[in-house]
Amino acid sequence: MRKYLWIGLIAAALAGCSTTPSTEAPVDDKSAAGTAGAGGAQTGGAAGGGVTGSATGSGASGNPLRDPNNILSKRSVYFDYDSFVVKDEYRPLVEAHARYLQQNRSARATVQGNTDERGSREYNIALGQKRADSVKRMMTLLGATESQIETVSFGKEKPKNPGHDESAYAENRRDDILYAGE
Amino acid sequence: MILLCRRWCAIGLLAFSPLFVGAAQAQLSIEIVGGAGAAIPIAIVPFGNEGTWPLGISGIVGADLARSGMFRLVDTNGVVPRPVRAEEIQPAVWRSRNADAVVVGSMQPLPDGRVDVRFVLSDVVKQSTLVSMQFTVTPQQFRVTAHKIADIIYEKLTGDRGVFSTRIAYITKQGSRYQLLVADADGNEPQSIVASNEPLLSPRWSPDGSRLAYVSFENKKPVVYVQSVDTGERRAVANFRGSNSSPAWSPDGRRLAVTLTKDGGSQVYMMNADGSNVTRVLTSPGIDTEAMFTPDGQWLVFTSDRGGTPQIYRAQLLTGQVERLTFDGSYNVSPRPLPDGKGMVFVRRDGGRFQIASLDYATRQVQVLTSGPGDESPSVAPNGKLVIYASEGGGRGILAAVSIDGRVKQRLVAPASDVREPAWGPFPRQ
Repeated sequence: MRKYLWIGLIAAALAGCSTTPSTEAPVDDKSAAGTAGAGGAQTGGAAGGGVTGSATGSGASGNPLRDPNNILSKRSVYFDYDSFVVKDEYRPLVEAHARYLQQNRSARATVQGNTDERGSREYNIALGQKRADSVKRMMTLLGATESQIETVSFGKEKPKNPGHDESAYAENRRDDILYAGE
Repeated sequence: MILLCRRWCAIGLLAFSPLFVGAAQAQLSIEIVGGAGAAIPIAIVPFGNEGTWPLGISGIVGADLARSGMFRLVDTNGVVPRPVRAEEIQPAVWRSRNADAVVVGSMQPLPDGRVDVRFVLSDVVKQSTLVSMQFTVTPQQFRVTAHKIADIIYEKLTGDRGVFSTRIAYITKQGSRYQLLVADADGNEPQSIVASNEPLLSPRWSPDGSRLAYVSFENKKPVVYVQSVDTGERRAVANFRGSNSSPAWSPDGRRLAVTLTKDGGSQVYMMNADGSNVTRVLTSPGIDTEAMFTPDGQWLVFTSDRGGTPQIYRAQLLTGQVERLTFDGSYNVSPRPLPDGKGMVFVRRDGGRFQIASLDYATRQVQVLTSGPGDESPSVAPNGKLVIYASEGGGRGILAAVSIDGRVKQRLVAPASDVREPAWGPFPRQ
């Protein structure tokens, strides 16, 4: 075991002075460069962080999507384990967003589905998609149009809570609603 | 202990060799957890003249064979004079050390800078020479040559093709940085293929080993890319509205099966490897995903919740006929067909534990290969004898491997990063 520690240290030292091979494909990252190796650095995920960007839709008297007193500023729907059913407590939130999309036909939303960390990565992509689709289905039944909403899934890849207990899992079984430009 | 020393020495030498510094990434080191009871005792004698070069050959051959779990290395210290040719092997000396087979060899520099490498594999029980071969190589080819020699010895003594010359692909996560890496099967010479601050997953080798398909979140959603391993050239082959994931190559390398949600739900589609000619191949009211081709290219094996819980099914491409393959338990996912076409490896949930298991199509018999609790993403070696998978250790993701009979286990640990999503590459092109 001790030897492995040493090997690890040497390998880490080697990694530190490595050069980037020419076959490594460049990826256009939107986030700031130079975060590689920064211990503990966590991206908040697309759903986290402050809402910036120009808001679509109406309202000379401020943007309802960003008004903390408006239900439209609430964007997360949480699910039970192995479930895709939108619980009653989130109905008002989903209805409000559906109404907003109905009243603002140029508005475009993305519903991002997430799962907890248990199980296959690919199967969890499909589970997250199913959660996103169930919110979208409810929104379209309530007046939003199909073309206004894209559903995508992050599976278990972007946990909001990095913990490994039930409270972390509950936080990660979630849909986030985002609007274009956010 | 011999193995530990060999690896330590080899990596130590690497550190002083400027040749390899450029290629160095977070190195995987290998730890054997269990061993086969019936391992073949073999003595790998250091090759004559080997000390002339910083990186030898016999040490890599020995490490390869020991790592397979099929061999046990016999101590060669104190045998004087050290044999380098077949006629110098004294069977009685090696029988007294309980060796069944002995490997000797020599390395001679040639005037043009290349090296004449010879080795002999001898059966000291029957007292006969099994293999005698010669290679002319550059010092840069020592590692490749050592893996080739290990493959020849493995095949001669076990009857199965060796996988020491193959490569593995895997994903590391360090802080918020994701990398897709390709390394030799022993974890050496890792090369970064793509790096991103968004998740990468599901790397899949094209059957000829020239390209990797994978899923990247760099566009804030899952998109399937295909990238050349040699040139780095890549393209998004599935970037439709919704999620695009779970790529799998057809055995001829011309087509990909992918999971798309563009028409609602997660469903399996087929496309050409450049992303053209997309057609839907399966239809279900729920989830269909994780499709993989069987080796004959005639079936897709996939995960579906059409029966209420995630289970594994197969669909015949010609007829569309679908049959369920798993019945035991409420969560059976991630099917990976075995190269002999007779079965598959998959992930099952037992209570709260996720374990790697195998299924024989004919007998429907399930054999659990690992104990979990968090084992996932299995990938089968091209000879069908080993399964590499993602596991947990010390609070982070590690890679592990298990023999297809479940007897030999090993862990591959990389320092300071989470390692996941291993994919075992094909046999090298001959």
